[in-house]
Amino acid sequence: MDAVKRNQPLELLKKGGIYAVLLILLAVIIIQEPSFLSLRNLSNILTQSSVRIIIALGVAGLIVTQGTDLSAGRQVGLAAVISATLLQAMSNVNKVFPELGVVPIPVVILIVCSIGALIGLVNGLIVAKLKVVPFIATLGTMIIVYGINSLYFDYVGASPIAGFDPAFSEFTQGFIRIGGFRLSYITFYAAIAIVFTWVLWNKTTFGKNLFAVGGNPEAAKVSGVNVARTLLIVYALSGVFYAFAGMLEAGRVGSATNNLGFLYELDAIAACVVGGVSFAGGVGRVSGVVTGVFIFTIINYGMTYIGVSPYWQYIIKGGIIVFAVALDSMKYNGKK
Amino acid sequence: MDKQMKSEWLLEMTNVSKSFPGVKALDKVNLRIRPHSVHALMGENGAGKSTLLKCLFGIYEKDEGEILFLDKPVNFNTSKEALDNGISMVHQELNQVLQTTVMDNVWLGRYPLKGLFVDQQKMYDDTKAIFDELDIRVDPKDKVADLSVSQRQMVEIAKAFSYNAKIVIMDEPTSSLTEKEVKHLFTIINKLKDRGCGIVYISHKMEEIFELCDEITILRDGQWVDTRPLAELDMDKIINMMVGRELTQRFPAKTNTPGDIALEVKGLTASNQPSIQDVTFDLRHGEILGIAGLVGARRTDVVEALFGLRGTNAGSISHNGKVVKNDNPHEAMQNGFALITEERRATGIYATLDITFNSLINNISAYKEKFGLLSNKKMDSDTQWVIDSMRVKTPGKHTPIGSLSGGNQQKVVIGRSLLTQPDILMMDEPTRGIDVGAKFEIYQLMLDLANKGKGIIMVSSEMPELLGVTDRILVMSNGRVAGIVNTRETSQSEILNLASRFL
Repeated sequence: MDAVKRNQPLELLKKGGIYAVLLILLAVIIIQEPSFLSLRNLSNILTQSSVRIIIALGVAGLIVTQGTDLSAGRQVGLAAVISATLLQAMSNVNKVFPELGVVPIPVVILIVCSIGALIGLVNGLIVAKLKVVPFIATLGTMIIVYGINSLYFDYVGASPIAGFDPAFSEFTQGFIRIGGFRLSYITFYAAIAIVFTWVLWNKTTFGKNLFAVGGNPEAAKVSGVNVARTLLIVYALSGVFYAFAGMLEAGRVGSATNNLGFLYELDAIAACVVGGVSFAGGVGRVSGVVTGVFIFTIINYGMTYIGVSPYWQYIIKGGIIVFAVALDSMKYNGKK
Repeated sequence: MDKQMKSEWLLEMTNVSKSFPGVKALDKVNLRIRPHSVHALMGENGAGKSTLLKCLFGIYEKDEGEILFLDKPVNFNTSKEALDNGISMVHQELNQVLQTTVMDNVWLGRYPLKGLFVDQQKMYDDTKAIFDELDIRVDPKDKVADLSVSQRQMVEIAKAFSYNAKIVIMDEPTSSLTEKEVKHLFTIINKLKDRGCGIVYISHKMEEIFELCDEITILRDGQWVDTRPLAELDMDKIINMMVGRELTQRFPAKTNTPGDIALEVKGLTASNQPSIQDVTFDLRHGEILGIAGLVGARRTDVVEALFGLRGTNAGSISHNGKVVKNDNPHEAMQNGFALITEERRATGIYATLDITFNSLINNISAYKEKFGLLSNKKMDSDTQWVIDSMRVKTPGKHTPIGSLSGGNQQKVVIGRSLLTQPDILMMDEPTRGIDVGAKFEIYQLMLDLANKGKGIIMVSSEMPELLGVTDRILVMSNGRVAGIVNTRETSQSEILNLASRFL
C-alpha cells in the first residue's frame, strides 16, 4: 500500500481553509454585533444570494469547459431592462409601452430567456466555431450587449424603468412567512436552478460530456463526443440563466437601467473559483458554487452590518479570492 | 475469383495519399487487414503511420485513395463515425479525462441511458464485467488521475475492447507496461483475435512484433514498402526495409573506458514518500550507467532528485569530490548537471516554438552582449551546431519543433542540453518513441560523449538497450537500490530478479 501519512494540519487547511476563513469572519462579525444572529438576517442573506447563485451557476458551466464569461453581467442588464419595459403597471403614467397590456410573466420569461439563449449561442459559436479564446470572445460580446442594451434604453426614454405591475413585484419580492423567518420566492427560483443544474451535471449525458470536454477536449473528441455542440449548448444555457437572473433582479431592485448588472460577472466568477470550480477545466460542483456565493454574500452583508468600510470590504474580498485559489492550486500541484 | 479475393480482407486502404504544405506525408500507401490476425505497422518516426490512421479516422482528409471496410467504400468524417462502424483505437497519448472516473472514461461518447438520465449502475456493471473478463484489477469508480500510467493504459485497452470493434488499432500500447503487463496485453489481443478482429499493432519493439503479429506492413518516408507474412522475415530484413539501408548492428561498438569517479551519491532519500530511499552509487567519467527497474520502481525519481526537481531530506551528492546541493534545476545546471526528461511532449519541448528557441533556451544567458541584449550571430551559430552535430532533419531553424518527428525532437533536446557543457548527463528514456535509425544515432552520441569524459546516466525500460549500451546497470526495486551489476557479466534474468527484490 502506498498510502502515506501526510502533514495532517496542512491537508486540513487545503481542504477546509476557505470554510475556516468564513467561520472566522462570522465569529468576528458575531462578536462585534451579536444581533447579527437573527432569522431576519438569515432570510436577507438567502434572498441576496439567490440571484447571484443563478448567475454563478450559469458561468460555472463555462468555467468547467476551461471557459469564462465576461458578458454575464451585461446580459443580466439587458434582460433586466427588457423585462422591466414589458412588466410596467397599467396605472404607471410613465409606462414606456402604454398600448401594451400586461404581459403575463411566463411570456416575459420566455422572451428574455430566448434572447439570453441567443446571445449565449453567439458566444458559443465564437468560441467553438471561430476558435476565439472565451476571455476575448466574451469581452467582445460584453461590450456589444451593453451597446445594444443602451440603444434600447435610449429608445425607451433613457430614464430608470420602474413602476412594475403588482404581479411582477409579488413574483420577485414576495415571500412566505414562517414565524419570524421570511422565505423569499426568489430563493425558490434559485433552488430550482440549483436542482436543475445538479441533475444536469451529474445525471445526464450532456453533463458528463461537459466535464469530459472541460477535462480533456482531445479525449472527448476521440471518444466521439461532439465538442462543438457541447460548448454551444452550455453557452446558450448560460445565457438563459443570466436572462432569468436579470428579470428577477429588475423586480427585486424595483427598477432597471442599462447599467444594471455592471461587473456582476466578476462576482459570479469569484464565487465559482472560491467554490472550487477550476479554471483548468473539468472540475466543479454545484455545492461549491452555492457555497462560494454564500461566502461572498455573508462577507458583504455581515461586514456592512457591523459597519466595516466598503473599501476594506474590497480588500478582504480580493484577499479571499487569492487565498481560496492558492489553496486550490496546492491541492492539484503538490510539490514533488 | 474476384469475389473470393475481396472477402479476404476486413479493411483495405488502397493508394492513400495525403499532402501537407511542403510535404508529401503519404504517397499511395496500402494497408490490408485480415480478420483473425494481428497486423504490425512499422516504419521510422515520420514514415506516415499516424497520418495513415488519422486519414482512416477522418481526423485528416485524404487527398486520394480508397478505403474499403467490410467490402464497402467508407469515408469517415469524425472519429465517432469510425467508432460507430466498428473501428476503435488505443491512442499513444492516452487521451483520458483525468478528473473523472474510470467508467466515465470508458463509456464517454456513448453513455447508457435510463430515460433521460445516465444509467450509472449499468455503466458500473458493464465496466466491471469487461474488467473481470480481461482480468484488469481497477475499480471502475476510481478517478483516472489516481491510477498509474500502466493502469491507465489497461483502461484504454479495455475501452477499445468494449466497442466490440472489428478493427482495433493500438499505437505503441506497451510503452509504459512492465513485461508482466505486456504478457497480459498479449492475452487480451489474442482474445480479440479469436473473436475475429483485425488488430493493427504499431510498435518499435521488434521482440513484440515477432511474438505477436501475423503480417507486417512497412512504411518508409510516406511510401508503402511491403506487406508480408511475418514468418518470411527476420529482424534485420525488417530494419533494412524500414531504414532503406544496411544497418548491421542495433548498437554501436563500445569504445568508451570509464575513468575517475565523477559523481558520488550516498544515502539519497526523497522527502515526499513513496519515492527513493537510501540510494547510493557512483558514476565515473566516461561511463554510461543504466538505471533499470519495473514501472513504479522510482527510476525517474533518482534523476529527478539529483537534478533538484524532487526534494530530498537525507543523503549527499558529490561531484568531482565536491559536495553539491542541487536544490533546484538551475543550481544543478550551474553545477554541471543536465537532465533529458522522459515526457518529451510535456517537459522536453516547447512544441509551438521553433528549433532556434528550443536549442538555446537552457543556455540563453551565454548569448548576452554588452548591453544585456542577445547576440544573433552567436545564437545562429549554436543553433546550426545543434542541427549539424545532432544531424537534425528539419526544413529550417525556424520550423516549430512540434512538427518534427519524435527522433528529431529528441536530438534537438539533447543538443540543447549539451550547449550548457554539462559534465553529468542524465537521460530518462532517451529513445522512447523513437525509430530504430534515430536510436542508433542517439546511442552513438552517448558513446561519443562518454569518450569525451562525460558521465552519463541512462534510465530505460528497454532491456536490450541497457545491455547494449551501458557499462554498469543500477537496478531499482520499489524505491531502493536492489543492486549494481556490470553489464558485460550480467543477464536479463539477473536484472529481473533484482528488480523484484523489494516488492
